[in-house]
Amino acid sequence: MNIPLSYYLLLSGFLFVCGVAGFLIKRNIITIFMSIELMLNGVNLSFVAFAAQWHSLSGQIFVFFVMVVAAAEAAVGLAIIIAVYRTRETLNVDQVNLLKL
Amino acid sequence: MLHLILFLFFGAVCVAGAVNLLVQSHPINSALSLIAVMAALAGEYLLLGAEFVAAVQVIVYAGAIMVLFVITIMLLNAGKEERTKGSRVAILLGVPGLLIGAVLVAWTLLFRSNTTMVAIGAEPGSPKAIARLLFHDFLLPFEVTSVLILIAIMGAVVLASRPEAVAKTAGERSETTPELVGAGRNRG
Amino acid sequence: MTPNPYLWLLPILPLAGAAINGFFGRKSSRKAITAVALTFCGAAFLLALWIAVGFSSASAPYYFDLAHWIRSGDFRVDFSFYLDQLSLVMLLVVTGVGFLIHIYSVGYMWDDDGFYRFMSYLNLFMFFMLTLVLAKNYLMMFIGWEGVGLASYLLIGFWFTKDSAAAAGKKAFIVNRIGDFGFLIALFLIIKHFGSLDFPTVFQAVAPLPSETAGAGFLTAIGLLLMVGAAGKSAQIPLYVWLPDAMEGPTPVSALIHAATMVTAGVYMVARSHIIFERAPSAMTVVAIIGTLTALFAATIGIAQTDIKKVLAYSTVSQLGYMFMACGVGAFSAGIFHLMTHAFFKGLLFLAAGSVIHGVGGEQDMRKMGGLRHFMPWTFATMGIATLAIAGIPPLAGFWSKDEILWQAFGQSWVYWLIGVITAFITSFYMFRLMYMTFAGDYRGGAPDNSHGHDAHGHGDGHGHGEPHESSWVMLGPLVVLAVLSLVGGLVGYGNHFEHFLDPVFQAGKAVQETAGETGSRSLEFVLMGISISVAGLGWFLAWLLYSNRPKLPARIAESLGGLYRAVANKYYIDELYAVLFVKPLIDGSTSILWHGVDQGVIDATVNNSASAARDISDEVRHMQSGNLRSYAGWVAAGGAVVIAYMVWMGVR
Repeated sequence: MNIPLSYYLLLSGFLFVCGVAGFLIKRNIITIFMSIELMLNGVNLSFVAFAAQWHSLSGQIFVFFVMVVAAAEAAVGLAIIIAVYRTRETLNVDQVNLLKL
Repeated sequence: MLHLILFLFFGAVCVAGAVNLLVQSHPINSALSLIAVMAALAGEYLLLGAEFVAAVQVIVYAGAIMVLFVITIMLLNAGKEERTKGSRVAILLGVPGLLIGAVLVAWTLLFRSNTTMVAIGAEPGSPKAIARLLFHDFLLPFEVTSVLILIAIMGAVVLASRPEAVAKTAGERSETTPELVGAGRNRG
Repeated sequence: MTPNPYLWLLPILPLAGAAINGFFGRKSSRKAITAVALTFCGAAFLLALWIAVGFSSASAPYYFDLAHWIRSGDFRVDFSFYLDQLSLVMLLVVTGVGFLIHIYSVGYMWDDDGFYRFMSYLNLFMFFMLTLVLAKNYLMMFIGWEGVGLASYLLIGFWFTKDSAAAAGKKAFIVNRIGDFGFLIALFLIIKHFGSLDFPTVFQAVAPLPSETAGAGFLTAIGLLLMVGAAGKSAQIPLYVWLPDAMEGPTPVSALIHAATMVTAGVYMVARSHIIFERAPSAMTVVAIIGTLTALFAATIGIAQTDIKKVLAYSTVSQLGYMFMACGVGAFSAGIFHLMTHAFFKGLLFLAAGSVIHGVGGEQDMRKMGGLRHFMPWTFATMGIATLAIAGIPPLAGFWSKDEILWQAFGQSWVYWLIGVITAFITSFYMFRLMYMTFAGDYRGGAPDNSHGHDAHGHGDGHGHGEPHESSWVMLGPLVVLAVLSLVGGLVGYGNHFEHFLDPVFQAGKAVQETAGETGSRSLEFVLMGISISVAGLGWFLAWLLYSNRPKLPARIAESLGGLYRAVANKYYIDELYAVLFVKPLIDGSTSILWHGVDQGVIDATVNNSASAARDISDEVRHMQSGNLRSYAGWVAAGGAVVIAYMVWMGVR
């Protein structure tokens, strides 16, 4: 009942790449944020996979911390998005461009 | 055998959810696919033996963070994204580039990485074992993250509150100070 | 060598005077400035006299080490002063004639606004000249050398608001610089070969060396380079061109610097380095040839000049040629003797010319003078004595020294002698021409108030001179003193007394240079003497004929000679030649290569281009900061991809 670890790594990589793609392609701020969460999840899978290979629980601890940070970041990020929505009345990231020359 | 089937099942759900997130135009659909991805990931963690992590994934990630996302989407009444023209250059360069990159990475991971086989439930991460590590070796990061959460809460509250609410508290303060100054002047 | 603790005071006293007048003179009264300048210069003169009285050949040479200067490994140069018979002669000439000219300047420059500046510069010049003369090593001499060049620049360009004066000052300094370059290279060679610049050390090291008869060695190189320096400072071919232009300065300056003292520094330097020259016969020959040719060349130019000071300037160049001729044939003491007598009569000639110019209200063109002997009898008398002296009429001073030179030159080669005699003829001719044009006949000057042609001595407002008048006794006094010296000053040469006095300097370490004067026959000497006297008389007669008896004749001669006359009158177009050969290419090269090419093209371009490059790069890079979130995201992803690729590659390796 053994499968190569690289399968898990492939899956993790795919999730990460999808997250990056969404980060670059999407125009809605919230969707971009969700792509970031997807990236983090991909990385989490990678950590757990290696924890399984090296038989070290530190990988899973780290996943725990990543989740905490992701939660904090999601909270603050969404608050920022709400603040931006109040002033710009739009969720289109291309319109948040007051710093453009 | 079972390992492989289960892995492929959960993996397919992940892949489908991730692709769906990219494809959908309304953010709520993307959020729901992300929830599906997270649930499937919890299954993957279980396959690797990380029980506690799987549970936390479902409770925190899928149950709290994604709920937050959904609340925000509903609150802000985000609509569909408009479709815009894709850049020809991006498609011409990007798609082949992406394919090549993917093949390269996949080949590297499959044949060049020093990874072994893993059994199902390879590293059992029971709450007891996790707790032992968390409160002994990783105590400092644990405490720091609690501070981090505190800061995040305060930040979120301040950032998301209405601007008048902030101005009102500042205004109350400025109304009091002139009296103190005036008192000093009257006396002198 | 015995120490003499007062030697250092000799240069320092005039320096103090220069400093006081320079810093405080602007607000001081004329009387105070005069008092300061004359006191310090006179004190130096009295000190020189006192030292001369106490001078004994047995204890000579004297020296005094003032302070350490350069100590670099084995190489030492100190602030040291040196006094032997040669320096003593120079010292007395410089301080004596200098003091007289200071007195004269008080009268001449009294009405000038820059009076304090003038007296300060004169004292400064004395300081540098005394440093030059009393130096114990070549580097101190070079300090004095450069310093007198500086003082000369300041004084030639004294009326610096006048373009021609400022240009003349620059020309003098720059041409001197060319000579100084040769001098410096000679110093470097001396350091290289002898490890020191000290006179006693170097000369003791040179003395045992054999004479370089077989081609050129390093001694010849040193000698030639020293001659280059001397040619610049003492206005010999090819670096004499600054001296006629230097007449833009006030007349006392011409008298002091360009007749009596500064231009003689080259002769002094060659005489001082005689040990080196005696062992480099080719260099000595070059010195003699340059001197002889210069003497003849300058004399020919002098006969066609109409400006009174220009005649005297070319006369100075010519007489300096005589001095170098003497040094070139090995008769160093004869050269120094002529230096001394020349200081007397040429200084007198210039001062008297200044008196003439002052008296006619600034006019310097001799064609507008004439008949001045009635108006200025004292000036006429003293100038006449000086003219007799320079022409070489016995028993005046010039006769003794010039004749000694001609006799020594004859001993080397009759060619030198012949050219010297011809030059003596021409000298006598143009000097008496000057006398007749200026003092004889009738006054040809225009209306008195219009004769401010040259503004030659800074009378800022019109004086309304009226008729030409004699100068005051402040100016006439030095003229009389110098006239007396011109009369009797040559008698020290009688019986070779002067030469014997200088023997300890020039005999020591002499190589195989026999002066014919010791071994030639007496009768031959008298014959040659007679020839030179008659030649002088012939020149006088010709001048009388052309300028007193038949005044229309010179113009007809000039017309018939046509182009030749014009060439001589225009100083053989040498200045124009230099301009085409050296000045214009240098300026053009500087402009095109150094200014446009290097300064604008390289330096400015580098700075400007680096600035514009910075601007252009930042212009490109600023697109990263577009204010567009998605592009930031793109950059982040790109950077992340690069890092990951790198890590993968490292891992795979």
